[in-house]
Amino acid sequence: MGWVSLSLLWLAVAAPPDSLPADTLAPRPPRVLEAARFHLQDTPNDAGHSVTLRWTYPPGLQDSVRAVIVLRAEAPDVPMQEVKFIPGAPTVYKDMGIPSRTPFYYRVLFLTVTGDTIQSAVLGPVEAYPQWFHTGRIPILLGVVLYVGLLLWFIVQARGGKELFLRKIPGLEAVDEAIGRATEMGRPILYVPGLSTIDDIATIASLNILSHVTRKAAEYETPIIVPNRNPVVYTVSREIVKEAYTSVGRPDLFDPDQVFYVTDSQFGYAAAVSGIMMRDRPATNFLIGMFWAESLILAETGAATGAIQIAGTDAVTQLPFFIVACDYTLIGEELYAASAYLSREPLLMATLKGQDWMKFILGTALVLGSLLGLFGITWVHHFFAGG
Amino acid sequence: MAARTIPLAIVFFFGVLMTVQFYIPHPVSQRLYEMVLDWMNGVSAAAIILAVGSLVKHHWRKISRRENVVYSGVTLLAFFFMAFLGLFVSIAEDSLFQTLFANVQVPLQATMFSLLAFYMASAAYRAFRARNLEATLLLLAAFVLMIGIIPIGYLIHPKFADFAQWVLNVPNMAAKRGIMIGVGLGAIATSVKIILGIERNWLGG
Repeated sequence: MGWVSLSLLWLAVAAPPDSLPADTLAPRPPRVLEAARFHLQDTPNDAGHSVTLRWTYPPGLQDSVRAVIVLRAEAPDVPMQEVKFIPGAPTVYKDMGIPSRTPFYYRVLFLTVTGDTIQSAVLGPVEAYPQWFHTGRIPILLGVVLYVGLLLWFIVQARGGKELFLRKIPGLEAVDEAIGRATEMGRPILYVPGLSTIDDIATIASLNILSHVTRKAAEYETPIIVPNRNPVVYTVSREIVKEAYTSVGRPDLFDPDQVFYVTDSQFGYAAAVSGIMMRDRPATNFLIGMFWAESLILAETGAATGAIQIAGTDAVTQLPFFIVACDYTLIGEELYAASAYLSREPLLMATLKGQDWMKFILGTALVLGSLLGLFGITWVHHFFAGG
Repeated sequence: MAARTIPLAIVFFFGVLMTVQFYIPHPVSQRLYEMVLDWMNGVSAAAIILAVGSLVKHHWRKISRRENVVYSGVTLLAFFFMAFLGLFVSIAEDSLFQTLFANVQVPLQATMFSLLAFYMASAAYRAFRARNLEATLLLLAAFVLMIGIIPIGYLIHPKFADFAQWVLNVPNMAAKRGIMIGVGLGAIATSVKIILGIERNWLGG
């Protein structure tokens, strides 16, 4: 049989020659492991294209197994095909990519260092079924339900007119001042909405802030320049700027040329925006959204022009660059809080309270999980691990 | 009115739909997800036409206004020439298109990237001036890490590298995780606000 010759070849190649007895190459009659050691089931929480095979070894066998071969057939009495050769002594195999609702039979062969072949009985039948609910994601669902519930609770509270306290965020407090500075100096404002695509939530948060900044700039009749790297972000930001001018009653001030597409190239974009900073000398630079390696190029060029700079990103690796090169930096969640903070709209502010409470709950769970973990109680860890 | 109601309804419908989709591994759900991704690609393709139009108009206006004529001229010339080569000549491996890309575009990008080293030096100089407690801590942490990963660190003290790694793995990681938890919660809150129509700034205010 093909699998025997393959396994012997593997043993000859993988095992050190001096570690094998002289009779290694002589096939021996296979022993059969009892079916109770094997558990064959439809893989849970998938689209119905895999089954999972688990097994346990008799005492002492696992150390001597050098490889495992999994065979499969669509009937118990037809020759089986090898589907996987696994070096080592695993205890689980997931057979992926099989058709749904089709019965399959399996056999597992264990090749030992001594040249023995131990096999399972024919296992099965088993069929792969698609599932309608991912039970491994129940912890995530519970967390989302709890969090959304908290958000809705505070929104209802805000609708009732309850006053909510928000701590000061220096970067957002400085937005009006930064726009005013540009107005006083008679120079434009540069707004960079990050380099990511529209499906990045940081980009959406940035576009929300762009709306506020543009409305304020329109009130002060200060030009705003919005260079874009992504075509979809360009079309959205253009509409946002246009709508913002209209919403403050100054549609005449909107210049279609102030929101434009630059390039899809990361460093091409960095070069173009650096050029705008050096030539047009904006008095205020907003670098808000998702950034990668170009963050410091933009921030340092802006700092060299003497512009007041407000940056914001949720990219943890880029935050240090913004912190050292910009006047104000919105760190992580502050980026998402900006829209609520700037608008002071009670419904938006209410969600910030929900965020704070959820952070408290998660922090408590982390401390509790860590303390319980010290005493060997790990259910908190397993609950959050999900699936 | 409809100009706002329709987008809000679409966002609500697809926001809820895709949230539910996350919990359903069934092939029907997977196909829906793939279909939505295909739609996104279609929208992106349409947006590229608008974006390219914006690029051309922006630079054409600049040339018309005699404003940075050289930069805009080079941009338009390069754009149309590469488009011509790509559309009407060839984009094969040995084509002029690929030659220009490999010998102009790639080195230009590499040049911009390499400038980062100089920017890092100037940013580090500014950051490491110990003006206050935070800057001093930053300076100390950077010093420990830089010394820790070079051989001289071991010569100073055999445990220096371990200490540097501890700074990276424990206090630094704790701060990063704190930020990431906040980011996750903020992202969910923003999504909920947009799906429920509470946040409408993306519609222009």
